[in-house]
Amino acid sequence: MTAPSISVSETPLVLYTLRRADDALILGHRLSEWCGHAPMLEEDMALSNMALDLLGQARTFYTYAAAVEGNGNDEDKLAYLRDVRQYRNLLLAELPNGDFAHTMVRQFFYSAFADLYWRAMMTSSDATLAAIAAKSEKESAYHLRHSSEWIVRLGDGTEESHVRAQRAIDDLWAFTGEMFAVDDSERGLIEAGIAADPAALRPAWLGTITAVASEATLVLPGNDWMQQGGRSGRHSEHLGHLLSELQSMQRTFPGATW
Amino acid sequence: MVTTLADDAELRQRAWDAAASVVDPEIPVLTIADLGVLRQVTVRDGRVEVAITPTYSGCPAMNMIALEIELALARSGFRDPKVRIVLSPAWTTDWMSEDGRRKLRDYGIAPPQAARSRRALFGVEEVACPHCGAGDTEQLAEFGSTSCKALRRCKACREPFDYFKCH
Repeated sequence: MTAPSISVSETPLVLYTLRRADDALILGHRLSEWCGHAPMLEEDMALSNMALDLLGQARTFYTYAAAVEGNGNDEDKLAYLRDVRQYRNLLLAELPNGDFAHTMVRQFFYSAFADLYWRAMMTSSDATLAAIAAKSEKESAYHLRHSSEWIVRLGDGTEESHVRAQRAIDDLWAFTGEMFAVDDSERGLIEAGIAADPAALRPAWLGTITAVASEATLVLPGNDWMQQGGRSGRHSEHLGHLLSELQSMQRTFPGATW
Repeated sequence: MVTTLADDAELRQRAWDAAASVVDPEIPVLTIADLGVLRQVTVRDGRVEVAITPTYSGCPAMNMIALEIELALARSGFRDPKVRIVLSPAWTTDWMSEDGRRKLRDYGIAPPQAARSRRALFGVEEVACPHCGAGDTEQLAEFGSTSCKALRRCKACREPFDYFKCH
């Protein structure tokens, strides 16, 4: 027998909170896949540490989403009992780890955004979101520093590491636009002072990305066509595979605890 | 029975002392009071509520700390104590007591720098070696054995050591 999926009443605030929770959970899960496989012990610990930070952020967001929804769901149900189409994370977060350069560039793109975004969210009129942002901001700053150092080391490293870092940037670039996209549901929250406007953060994000890429002798792509879909549940094929692993225990043994 | 204010204050102090005796399971020389994790103790109608704040969002020690607080309060005779986790204001290493910093150093962990150095994108931190006191140390790994620590090495005595990151 398998556990049935839950339904979630997605008011704008629930949807907003789920999107942030899903970003953190899915990216954290991807990073945790490196545990035991990273190129060296220190990096194994770094990736697991960052995964842990993201998992912690995901838990507080899920708990809040469940409280706002008030429908008897909790953090575990929201994480384990929604189908792929109910997930609201950025496509960038769910992309496979690829080689180490892909993982680091993905982390760099996301952390450079998250660092700015959580800082902006610290003044949210929603006290809980502001509190979670104040916690997350500190963690994102470390993730950004760590991934930035790797971008420089890979880009300005050997011929092989440079080629791989440049390929990762080229491959992942089209997935960065979704971080700054805003739909009607979120627009209302921005106007109410609950959510920060991500579009306003793009120049600062681009500034960080450009400075680090330049230091790393890497080139940012000129194309500006951006892929979207994750925020509304239209995902790449990769997320279904990720969820089948992440959710297997609760789906197979509903309500299992230890 | 009418409880006087003095009784409440005394109860509260007793509850605080019990909660404050709980140590961080990862760094057993520090109590949660030293760390600044213990935020508030309130007593209402004889029931104690303790507010703690996580160091890092995903710190796995929080569940253990909450359980230890409940046990410590139960041992001091408080029934059904409640532990509440508060996020705001966000914990910072600036809340760590002077006593806590000294205990950390004696334990072989370099205490955190002032939180203002955290913003530098490429870390330029000056951390003194907790073993020999030399200032010439280098970072080996940004992420150490727990969420709150980095790994460094002293260039004078050559000993590696944990550094409690500023946060």
